[in-house]
Amino acid sequence: MPEPIRPFSSRFVALPIENIDTDQIIPARFLKTTSAEGLGAALFYDWRYDANGAPRSDFILNQPQAQGARILVAGHNFGAGSSREHAVWALMGFGFRAVISTYFADIFRNNALKNGLLPIQVDAETHRQLFSLAQEAPDSQLYVDLEAQQLVLPDGRAVTFPIDPFARRCLLDGVDQLGYLLNMADRIAAYEATHPQRVNTLSA
Amino acid sequence: MSQPRTLFEKVWERHLVAPQTDESPAVLYIDLHLVHEVTSPQAFATLRERGLKVRRPDCTLGTMDHSTPTTPLDIPIMDAQAAAQIEQMKRNCAEFGIPLYALGSEYQGIVHVIGPERGLTQPGMTIVCGDSHTSTHGAFGALAFGIGTSEVAHVLATQCLLQYKPKTMAVRVEGALRLGVSAKDIILALIAKIGVGGGTGYVFEYCGSAIRALSMEERMTICNMSIEGGARAGMIAPDETTFAYLEGRPFAPKGEAWERAVADWRTLPTDDGATFDAEVYIDANALEPMITYGTNPGMGMPIRGTIPDPDSISDPSQRETLIKALKYMDLQPNTPLLGHKIDVVFLGSCTNSRISDLRAAAALLKGRKIAPNVRMLVVPGSQQVKRQAEAEGLHEIFKAAGAEWREAGCSMCIAMNGDQLQPGEYAVSTSNRNFEGRQGKGGRTFLASPLTAVASAINGCVSDPRELLEPVVSL
Repeated sequence: MPEPIRPFSSRFVALPIENIDTDQIIPARFLKTTSAEGLGAALFYDWRYDANGAPRSDFILNQPQAQGARILVAGHNFGAGSSREHAVWALMGFGFRAVISTYFADIFRNNALKNGLLPIQVDAETHRQLFSLAQEAPDSQLYVDLEAQQLVLPDGRAVTFPIDPFARRCLLDGVDQLGYLLNMADRIAAYEATHPQRVNTLSA
Repeated sequence: MSQPRTLFEKVWERHLVAPQTDESPAVLYIDLHLVHEVTSPQAFATLRERGLKVRRPDCTLGTMDHSTPTTPLDIPIMDAQAAAQIEQMKRNCAEFGIPLYALGSEYQGIVHVIGPERGLTQPGMTIVCGDSHTSTHGAFGALAFGIGTSEVAHVLATQCLLQYKPKTMAVRVEGALRLGVSAKDIILALIAKIGVGGGTGYVFEYCGSAIRALSMEERMTICNMSIEGGARAGMIAPDETTFAYLEGRPFAPKGEAWERAVADWRTLPTDDGATFDAEVYIDANALEPMITYGTNPGMGMPIRGTIPDPDSISDPSQRETLIKALKYMDLQPNTPLLGHKIDVVFLGSCTNSRISDLRAAAALLKGRKIAPNVRMLVVPGSQQVKRQAEAEGLHEIFKAAGAEWREAGCSMCIAMNGDQLQPGEYAVSTSNRNFEGRQGKGGRTFLASPLTAVASAINGCVSDPRELLEPVVSL
């Protein structure tokens, strides 16, 4: 169960690359685990480390301003490709609590919201401004307020971001989505009583 | 008369346990949940932590495909982590009563190959799996999509998912494919047109004369890659081709139940007058074999095309993305890909590992040899596909040509099972993703059809299959 999300301020890391797919976020060879723990070490592994496993100094996550940053600002269409929730676990394992982009791949966004990683969708102008800020004032802080659905920039401008109202409520109140579904057992049973089973995998 | 509805809307509405409201998503009932070893362990752990059972093990099926080696089955699994994951899958399915096609089972294979071949995938169903290529099953007129591991736990425990209704996009493909052009080329052309994010938020419905003319396996190839265009699901209306494919398969309805099922399935296609939120058109007559040059499936072009020039792109972000991709691929703008030397050809994956793919490849390879500098892996999608291919002697054609004939699995599509490219190598691959490192760290992937892959294997370089299909080519 994710912790309820409170407003927070943080420095941010900018990764101005479009269509970052979940294979980049965490390469498949790190998916042989049966746990969700410890995946922060594999985050962006093949961008972060060279062929000998040494950190690449030119990659943003290896630079001082990335340490302790809880917000990632990425190019358009973040999280495309594989459904691996490991991508969210890796981002959170590294310490990220929000990703900002102009839009997110559908499965990634769902996975993020299930774990308390905020997918913050901003307009193209704000997006550009954040990338400029990353170059001009890399130590800038952003403020994220889920209750208000606001991202506050260092100049004080508040940008409202859309978010699925149900997920928002769950994240603010610590409501567990699985618990919510389990509480619907009667309705699920009523559905099953009136809809014949389509295939029985135990039958053949 | 009720409002005309799309195929998607009909399937969606049939599965509503609770409707979507302003405050909450719909609760959608899932008819079939497919489970594999990589995205399920943490979901089973959630069930254990909370003392929950699997609500409908009889609507659930496990297989092993991603981390399984494709070496002969009597060789032990050398990768200790993969072996542990596979063992965990066996324990999880045994403990929760889920039927499992384990490694060594005659029905084991890639999750999106076994569902259809066993007759589990049927029109009008909802099907999910912790795998983005679950969109494959939409070829039958099912609503099928990939989910994350948290959602795998939701479905295991409740047989339901919380979902917002997606938008719909009609993908109309009219005309007739020319010789040497295949279903793979249709979907690569679509993704090149709309981009990898073009379908985000949508469910595709593929329609038009070119789609109607396709076999079920070709339709699966197309629906499979819906996710590469950003759409979680892609659907095709069921028709006589669908029914003919399904009839007699082990899990398909029998006797009177079959008649009733077909009568129901005939009501599923989109009604005249139903509207989509968006529409895109592809002229099948004009399509050529497609190939990708970059690091996402949207970076594709006709096989005789030239690699685009970043300087011709005005949007700075798009330009940087292309520069980065070409640097990774070590390719030059404004040059052709045709004739580019390759190291590996991979024929397999949930996109193109079915018997018709292997037949098409073998027909082109028969009596020929692959180039001496090329390693070619042929990986059937399932043990059933492997048996069928061997019964037809296809494996002998592959082996005589110099290719490797391997056991069923995801293999080099995901490179987490021992099958992978070496850094810097180039592959023509029939799989679905050319992301950086997807087929092995530092490996470079050109996505293409089985015909293009085989032609490239023979010549040792990226090749146009039409040159081998027709004695005289006038292009």
